[in-house]
Amino acid sequence: MEHSNIEFYEKQLSTRNKTRERFCDSSTFIRFLPLPLEQQRRTERETFPQPAGRPASLVVKERVCWYPVCKPVSIFLKDKVQNSNGRFVLPTSGPVPYGTQIPGLIRMFNYNGDEVKKSEFPNGGNYTSPLQEGSFDLYGGRVLKLGTNMYSVSRPVETHMSGTSKSSASHAKENAAPNPLAKEELNLLARLMGHLEVKKTTGSESGFRVNLFSTDEEEEEAAILRPSEFSYQFINIQATQDQQSNEELARIMGEFKEEDTVSQSPCSKGDDLLAMMDGL
Amino acid sequence: MYRREKSIQIKSSASALYNNLSVLPIAEKCLTYFTVVHCNVVNMVSASGDGLNFSHRQLQSKEGSIAASSSLIIQASWCVLPSRVLLVLTSQKGIQMYESDGSIMVYWHALDIPETPSDEAVFARGIAAATTLGHYICVGTSSGSVLVFKIPDKGANIILSEVLEEHWDPITDIATETSSSKEYIADIVSADDSGLLCIWKAGKDFKLLKKIPAYGCSCSSVKLWCGIVIAGYGSGQIRLYDALSGVVHAEVNAHARWIYALDIAPDSGKLLSGAEDSLVRIWKLSKSPESHTVEIEHQHTECVTDVQICGAKFCDPEGSAFAVTGYDLSEIIRYTVV
Repeated sequence: MEHSNIEFYEKQLSTRNKTRERFCDSSTFIRFLPLPLEQQRRTERETFPQPAGRPASLVVKERVCWYPVCKPVSIFLKDKVQNSNGRFVLPTSGPVPYGTQIPGLIRMFNYNGDEVKKSEFPNGGNYTSPLQEGSFDLYGGRVLKLGTNMYSVSRPVETHMSGTSKSSASHAKENAAPNPLAKEELNLLARLMGHLEVKKTTGSESGFRVNLFSTDEEEEEAAILRPSEFSYQFINIQATQDQQSNEELARIMGEFKEEDTVSQSPCSKGDDLLAMMDGL
Repeated sequence: MYRREKSIQIKSSASALYNNLSVLPIAEKCLTYFTVVHCNVVNMVSASGDGLNFSHRQLQSKEGSIAASSSLIIQASWCVLPSRVLLVLTSQKGIQMYESDGSIMVYWHALDIPETPSDEAVFARGIAAATTLGHYICVGTSSGSVLVFKIPDKGANIILSEVLEEHWDPITDIATETSSSKEYIADIVSADDSGLLCIWKAGKDFKLLKKIPAYGCSCSSVKLWCGIVIAGYGSGQIRLYDALSGVVHAEVNAHARWIYALDIAPDSGKLLSGAEDSLVRIWKLSKSPESHTVEIEHQHTECVTDVQICGAKFCDPEGSAFAVTGYDLSEIIRYTVV
């Protein structure tokens, strides 16, 4: 019986995942937003509890007919921004909108416009000062989250998932705005380990000097061995080529390569780097 | 102070429109009528005094005097005149007037809809009755004009008597003086999307008494009581003004979100406010005759969890009971004083 329940929703999802149109079934509107199917099944089981002893498929169809209002099931459920009955949470706390005062103050005036009395009342909530107004220019801080990508934030996976959850969680993390300096450092590290293609850099930044060798003499030796056709400004580290000539570097490279796994996707490259750095 | 009663279920939910609840108590029959607007339909419920019996009726928006329409209804409100009570519906196409129980439509007025559709929406909004020097019903439009209809004591011979052009933004609400005393000169106040308020004296020719300028925020709901203009704004503030001089009596930081509905109980001076922040608040207005100052104090707050309030009305002139509607909520929530 459970199977027919899931099949019912799978059919709806496959047609409706392409568009996000409202779906009308008899007198109701239900909107399905794309969710990983596994999560969708669990969410549906939670929001449509099955009373004992009745065929699940019938119950599902009955419940579809009962709800007379829009019941979109969306990712907001996980964020606790939406309740399981579909209603959105309206908190009586947090910042008031720009242009609104925190409720609680009454000011009374006389005919001359002078304030003659002030009183306060409990506002029944926990409101804070308004945030600054968002920018209306072409580029500028918007302050609000309205219009941003609601799928870009990583979420702790509440529903129990088997096996593949780890990769999807780290994939989502990657979308958080990276620190550009950290990104550059990781790129440099990856380049050094030979995972990324060797790129010509535009010259070392002022104030930053990398010495991979334990002594300056070794650095000079490597500089002598560097092919002369490259101009002096470029730092071109070809770890694979120099492996034979520099034993120390070869040894370090060998230590890295033990845990190395060959993979093509950029996502797992990031994984490997992080895992290796954790292991060090 | 107030206790929540059993809600009245309605056939469809409430749309997120300003002042989306109208209540007509009929004391002699021990009945209360409620109307709630949803898309192109008005749900009307009549509730018996004991709260046990309900009867439902649905009114549709029209295009012309007969054809049903899918155009949206913006507001529904009863207009109480000395000789009769009319139920007025305003939509994107025009104005429909019914007998008070919604049984017969007595009048249809089509709005001027431009041939080529423009950026601006066309609709009517803002309904109030004026009873000094004749019986009138005022209805606002999205162009800012206020249409004044002259209403006969009975029958369908309703005529458009005047068009008032002082607003430049869509009218949001119109209110009539609710105190029974005859001493107050101002009869009608109209509010618009920009926050401008106009105070009028009713008659064969309506006279503009005062314009209260906007302070930067839309005014969604307005009431008039004992010469005091009570205005609710999108900033969540309620302001009290003197109707004749425009002087600000009081400023209340009342709500954390947009105010959608206000109502005044004329016999007690209680004020009801409902906003998108899910809170309904009761206030008490008092006027001291010697100092001519107006005071307002907060009395009570009710929280309707996770519901954007879009309609709030007292169910009797004393304010001992009130009802509330919420966006996408299929019930009318009622409270009575304990």
